[in-house]
Amino acid sequence: MTHHPMPKEYYRLLYELQAVDFVLVELTLYLDTHPDDTQALHEFHQYQRRKQGLTQQFEQAFGPLHEFGNSPVGARWTWAESPWPWQV
Amino acid sequence: MWIYEKKLQYPVKVSKCDPRLAKYLIEQYGGADGELAAALRYLNQRYTIPDKVIGLLTDIGTEEFAHLEMIATMVYKLTKDATPEQLREAGLGEHYADHSYALYYHNAAGHPFTITYIQAKGDPIADLYEDIAAEEKARATYQWLIDLTDDVDLQDSLRFLREREVIHSQRFREAVEILKDHEGEKKVF
Repeated sequence: MTHHPMPKEYYRLLYELQAVDFVLVELTLYLDTHPDDTQALHEFHQYQRRKQGLTQQFEQAFGPLHEFGNSPVGARWTWAESPWPWQV
Repeated sequence: MWIYEKKLQYPVKVSKCDPRLAKYLIEQYGGADGELAAALRYLNQRYTIPDKVIGLLTDIGTEEFAHLEMIATMVYKLTKDATPEQLREAGLGEHYADHSYALYYHNAAGHPFTITYIQAKGDPIADLYEDIAAEEKARATYQWLIDLTDDVDLQDSLRFLREREVIHSQRFREAVEILKDHEGEKKVF
């Protein structure tokens, strides 16, 4: 319920990730109706690599972004910890 | 199966407590052309639509849930610091009496969400035209909401959502063409 002020780095990395994810959402919908566009597919591969790098960086600093086994977990379970997206 | 991502699709910044705006924004949460209606409409159509467009309905339906979370975040941030008195002044007294600070799936006028807002016709063209209309109506609603606020940060997030409706409408129009072409091919045999 509370507001969780986060370090500057959190917002910087999150923003970068949101920007890369925006491209990937856009390309996903585009490829759904243009599956033979090889240029778009090439760009998808490119941005997917950037997403992987950024996700790894973000998760190392601020914990898992996905669960059900889709993000690495450390020695302690932090997935269920705040902040949630609407609290920052 | 769905996997949650612990982040918003696009940043939602709110510069001041403004419960009146929250009352208007709830239109896109539980209203006829809101994000909940959109997500439920597209995901439900998938089972009876030709295979060629199931992927698109799945992905747009999924993105709508990300938009629903953005709207919820706006409403939450605009109301969390308001006193009951401020909520009453903003026209949210009735809401507070029933729900306190909880969000609820209703429209700006307080009518609870109803599944009768959406249709599933089992006819691919009829369903996709409903989807295109839904996106255009949501785009218009976002414009009216942008007109109702002078909060530049909120306007920015609302513009993002408005532009997504434009893209979704475009993709659904392409889906109609894909099905028409497909239909044409079949008639050749």
